[in-house]
Amino acid sequence: MQQLIRNRELVEADRWRLVADEESLPGTGDLILPLDRYLEERAASDDRGSGRRGLLVDGTVPAEDIAPLLPELDLVAIRFPSFADGRGYSLARQLRLNHRYTGELRAVGNVLRDQLAYMERVGFDSYLLEEGRDPRDALQAFREFSGYYQNAPLEQLPRIQRRARRKAA
Amino acid sequence: MYDYDSHDRRLVNERVAQFRDQTRRYLAGELSEDEFRPLRLMNGLYIQRHAPMLRVSIPYGLLSSSQLRMLASIARRYDRGYGHFTTRQNIQFNWPALERVPDILADLAQVDMHAMQTSGNCIRNVTSDHLAGIAPDEIEDPRPYCELIRQWATLHPEFSYLPRKFKIAVSGARRDRAATQVHDIGLQLVRNEQGELGMQVLVGGGLGRTPIIGEVIRDFLPVRHLLSYLEAILRVYNLLGRRDNKYKARIKILVRAMGKEQFAARVEREWSSLRDRPELTLAQDDIEHMKRFFRPATRAETVNSAPLDAALAADPGFARWYRHNTVEHRQPGYRAVFVSLKAPGVPPGDMTAEQMEHVADLSDAYSGGELRVSHTQNLLLADVRTDHLERLWRELRASGLATPNIGTLTDMICCPGLDFCALANAGSIDVAQAINQEFDDLDYLYDLGELRVNMSGCMNACGHHHMAHIGILGVDKKGQEFYQLTLGGSSANDAAVGDRLGPAVPKQDVSAAMRTLIETFVELREGEEGFLDTYRRVGLEPFKERLYATTD
Ligand code: SF4
Repeated sequence: MQQLIRNRELVEADRWRLVADEESLPGTGDLILPLDRYLEERAASDDRGSGRRGLLVDGTVPAEDIAPLLPELDLVAIRFPSFADGRGYSLARQLRLNHRYTGELRAVGNVLRDQLAYMERVGFDSYLLEEGRDPRDALQAFREFSGYYQNAPLEQLPRIQRRARRKAA
Repeated sequence: MYDYDSHDRRLVNERVAQFRDQTRRYLAGELSEDEFRPLRLMNGLYIQRHAPMLRVSIPYGLLSSSQLRMLASIARRYDRGYGHFTTRQNIQFNWPALERVPDILADLAQVDMHAMQTSGNCIRNVTSDHLAGIAPDEIEDPRPYCELIRQWATLHPEFSYLPRKFKIAVSGARRDRAATQVHDIGLQLVRNEQGELGMQVLVGGGLGRTPIIGEVIRDFLPVRHLLSYLEAILRVYNLLGRRDNKYKARIKILVRAMGKEQFAARVEREWSSLRDRPELTLAQDDIEHMKRFFRPATRAETVNSAPLDAALAADPGFARWYRHNTVEHRQPGYRAVFVSLKAPGVPPGDMTAEQMEHVADLSDAYSGGELRVSHTQNLLLADVRTDHLERLWRELRASGLATPNIGTLTDMICCPGLDFCALANAGSIDVAQAINQEFDDLDYLYDLGELRVNMSGCMNACGHHHMAHIGILGVDKKGQEFYQLTLGGSSANDAAVGDRLGPAVPKQDVSAAMRTLIETFVELREGEEGFLDTYRRVGLEPFKERLYATTD
């Protein structure tokens, strides 16, 4: 079974369910739909059922294309076809910084331990690990560094500048 | 030079611990070969022909004497007693054992060094002018900006899985000694009409299979916007660069495919959302703070010129070395001194542990304890009083580091080639040595004037052969080592990619072919004309005719 980490914790029961392309749409529950499917359903009906809605995209999708959908979404999942394909990092940052998306941002696909800390730092907060990966080992990834040069989401300034200004003050 | 504080140190130590754990998991079979590869590459570790190769970062080529001593100690304890300086101002060790690399990194961390991002598809070590801070033609010292870029790029969360490697060079002088036109991003410090400092931004230069000269996408970028603008370029590249074919994945291919205008427009669009972000905007304080690390050493106000004049008059050997291996310094009474790593019979750029230790001592005694690595694979003592030069020369000569050939044909740039590199088509070190033997008459070399000869063992062009006046590229012809020659390249302000001369020549004929090319040049040159000028005046044909007439 694939394990989910959210906010640096293992999630035992995730309520979100990914709807496969051919599957008919369940009436209830929190559903993640691939982009094309999402747009189709959205065009067909205003009725969103009782659950929350999530969107699944590839890192290749331009941020502007999905920006109009963001207000109605509670989750965006970005798929990494290979852990070495870094487009998802830029897309995540664009969604967070340029489009001020504040919902859950989930990494799916070839998601491995050694990239988790990078993902967190561009704004992901949940990670669906690949099948067969040890989630407890993966949680270590967030503790490897106690600080970076670039600013973390909650810091005002990156280290370069904090240090200079401390000295100048 | 930049001084680590406790935060910098902690980050490097944590990176060592992280890599130690990654290596352990790989050796325990928890990480597959494919999963480990990018992780080790991002820490400078290649798997080479004979053994792993570890590339250690020397940020913009700047090194302290204690760092050089540690490199010597590593060469001795983990390797075969020598290291190889590269064209990107780093050092490589060719024989470490994989299991011991974490220990090497821990030793490096003790002297504030690391191997982060010296390889892999990430932002690589930023390179610069080896005469930064002392060159008379300098507009502004590029090193504070290099360090700002280094910190910004280190473990950058968004740009660690780029389509391909990414190299940035910064020049602060009128004469471009950092080859900014052949980097993914080249930055040239400039002043505008109001006297404000900014940067001219070039993108899309590069060597490799498709050598391309970079294009200017912005004439003047105020320095405070440096990081946000870099971030915009990198984001456009990360999102749009090709990932389906590694030979088409560099930014130069993207810039070409989009066209310069379109690419620039896309960057400006991305930048509009980044340029006012406070965390990416450099305040004057940030810059002043960084500049303090690169203040000139305390130097004597006046240096008595009599000892130098006397030594020059007394010893022609010293005079020759002075003329070729020392260069002008901004401050009268001082010179910058090249430590030649191009002695005959020695692979270009190689240095033994003993030589490193000796030069570390010399830098303490004569040059403020600092050293630089030049992209021509030599070292430099940048701050030497002229009345100390003769003593320094004797010391260097005793270690075989005073070959007076800087800037001549035998000051060749050369990649490791078939002897070490798994990708090589042909040897480079042995050919360099053959050429060295062919041209052993120094006076003849001096008459030829400045001559840049570069050699790469394959198309990847680590030896920058395209950018040489005479370039040599190793190719494989049915299992035989052959060499393709190019003429007329340059990485200076007049940057140009060399032209292919004709069919590749077999290994045993390379030094004779070089002889023919040089003789042709000597016949054609007018007065003291340099090789490049002659070539640009007469073109390829005369060289081609002579060479292929004699080898047919
Ligand atoms: S040019 Fe080729 S042979 Fe030389 S170091 Fe680079 S990859 Fe190896």
